[in-house]
Amino acid sequence: MNALNLTLVLPAAGAVALGVVGDRPFAALVNVAVSAATLVASVALALGVLETGPATSPGRLLYIDAFNVYLVLLTAFVGLTTAIFSRPYMAHERERGRVGPRTMRLYHSMYQGFLFTMLLALTSNNLGVLWVALEAATLATVLLVSLYRTPEAVEAAWKYFILCGVGIAQALFGTVLLYFAQERLVGIAPSSALLWQEMYAAAGYLDPTVLVLAFAFLLIGYGTKVGLVPLHNWLPDAHSEGPTPMSAVLSGLLLNVALYAVVRVKMIVDGSLAAHSDQYNPQLAGHLLMGFGLLSFSVASLFLHRQHDVKRLFSYSSIEHMGLMTFAFGVGGPLATFGALLHMTVHSLTKSAIFVTVGHAAQIAGTQTMDHIRGLIRTQPSVGWGLLIATAAIAGFPPFGVFTSEFLLLTATMQSWPWLTVPLLIGLGVAFAGLFRHLQPMVYGEPTENMSAVRVNMTPVAVHLALVLWLGLAIPAFLAGWFDTATRLITGSGLL
Amino acid sequence: MQSLDFLPLYDQGILVLAALVLFTSFALLGQTRMFGLITVFAWQGGLLAATTALVAYSTGQRHLYVSAALTLGLKALFIPWMLKRFVIRLGIRHEVEVLGRHALVLIAGAALVVFSYYVALPIVRLSALVTRNAIAVSLAIVLLSMLLMITRRQALSQVVGFMAIENGLFFAAVVSTFGMPMVVELGIAFDVLVAAVLFGVFFFQLRDTIDSLDVDRLSRLTENVD
Repeated sequence: MNALNLTLVLPAAGAVALGVVGDRPFAALVNVAVSAATLVASVALALGVLETGPATSPGRLLYIDAFNVYLVLLTAFVGLTTAIFSRPYMAHERERGRVGPRTMRLYHSMYQGFLFTMLLALTSNNLGVLWVALEAATLATVLLVSLYRTPEAVEAAWKYFILCGVGIAQALFGTVLLYFAQERLVGIAPSSALLWQEMYAAAGYLDPTVLVLAFAFLLIGYGTKVGLVPLHNWLPDAHSEGPTPMSAVLSGLLLNVALYAVVRVKMIVDGSLAAHSDQYNPQLAGHLLMGFGLLSFSVASLFLHRQHDVKRLFSYSSIEHMGLMTFAFGVGGPLATFGALLHMTVHSLTKSAIFVTVGHAAQIAGTQTMDHIRGLIRTQPSVGWGLLIATAAIAGFPPFGVFTSEFLLLTATMQSWPWLTVPLLIGLGVAFAGLFRHLQPMVYGEPTENMSAVRVNMTPVAVHLALVLWLGLAIPAFLAGWFDTATRLITGSGLL
Repeated sequence: MQSLDFLPLYDQGILVLAALVLFTSFALLGQTRMFGLITVFAWQGGLLAATTALVAYSTGQRHLYVSAALTLGLKALFIPWMLKRFVIRLGIRHEVEVLGRHALVLIAGAALVVFSYYVALPIVRLSALVTRNAIAVSLAIVLLSMLLMITRRQALSQVVGFMAIENGLFFAAVVSTFGMPMVVELGIAFDVLVAAVLFGVFFFQLRDTIDSLDVDRLSRLTENVD
């Protein structure tokens, strides 16, 4: 499993190397190169898993199966494209004097540090290490949120730090409770007791009382990072005040990984509750997810209408979509889970593309306030079209992948909870209106005099959107098989 | 209910330490001076280290000694020392926080302890008296620390509350599950250390941007901008 180790070692080494390189002109290139190497390693890893199935590292500390390997690949991919985008973007910020040499060193080093924590969280077999990695992800990004040192940025970073820190502490309590349940089963502390694999295998024997309590804490803890309402307050602030490449990876990767953690834990809890269905509702964990998901989805789609800052707008859209995915995992069943897995992929690709475009748009206008971003399509057509198409994709227009996954989800809801399709459809409509009422003048309006074209690199956006379009038109057979294997892991039965 | 006299010495020791740790949490709630707050926090760390050492001694698990040493070094000595240095450098050594409704906060704290025992009730039938108390007490410490964070406006007090939450979780891990696996404990210790350093960075960023450590002034980012 050399590819597995390599996937983790590369970004970690990259973080150190970039700390040494500092603010040299080629630092951004090193960042891109390391991300590219990580992507190559993760492709090799994915091919290995595709051929031989799940694998465990020698010390059993790392575990990889169909569910996490596709997220590893997605993380490495978005990491690379965002690194490519960040090169001209940060160079422009540098010219405007918003960042200095020391902050540039911090930025590049922590960019790789963040990718390392994401990949570690995904591949870790140990639930404790998963927690450590997610907490480390907060620590790696918190100084990046306050990178511009404006009062707003520092406030956003402080909020992010405190809310996510306190939130994720609840998840640690949940992890301790899980360990407690497992230890009652296997006796004092073989250090393998906290391994996900072990717990999953023994799930039927774990005490459901402790597990329900543990799940409540874990859901609150990791749910804070997913951005579930009412724990979402940090999210729009952190996304809007930090540098845009950070917004792209926070939205595209961090939220996914946190949701991944919730689903992993849910798999254990479901196993225990199913074995004790005389005492507990076996769907309890799913119902909790559905409730939180639907609430987040509805509240966020309403909040879309009230926004003035373009990055806040799209961060609320992220909350909305994370809510939708949480809801889908809560509904359970092969169809909804397949839809949720697909939605994680297409949302991550589309949302990072949007943040890249929005970052350029904000540089063109010199501000993030939507009232001052006007007529992009005439000032710089590539950015205007990019924003238009990407927003159409995220709103769920038919040819794109988001439509496919939302359609799957609606079908699944229709099957098991027909009445809930009503709030879902209303929410989708409200969100659509919320996005387009702001988008219309930004793209087509009369350009104001403060708009001036900047150097942009729209390749990442084009690649992302092409992939989303491809996933919407025809999911390649190997990928569908892959999602299906993951669905089988999570729900016990496949879709295809 | 078992009488305490019949408990083994080890269990009695753990219960005493649990009570003391809980007491320090209340002391944190009542303490309004920065230096005093940090000192109480250091004592809490020391008690945690003592608890860990006691558990290590009675269960004979070597790795818990390492963990006890780590706790002592990090939470009782290094972090308090660092926080005190920040206090001196920020010039808030003699600052006293004005607390509204002091008595009410303490009563709310007592209510939270009762609530924690109520939440831990389903676990009662599963486990020994000591474990049951440990889970309830650690949950109480977590909630009391959150209460501390809610009632204070000074950024430094919030950080102490934040770290005290970590203490509560650590207490649960040590007493109810005899510590986490070593790799996890090292990871958590590393995270706590980095968090403490980053908080230091933030104190200075806060002072530079809003000219104060009063987090109530952090109110620029809200949804009511119409």
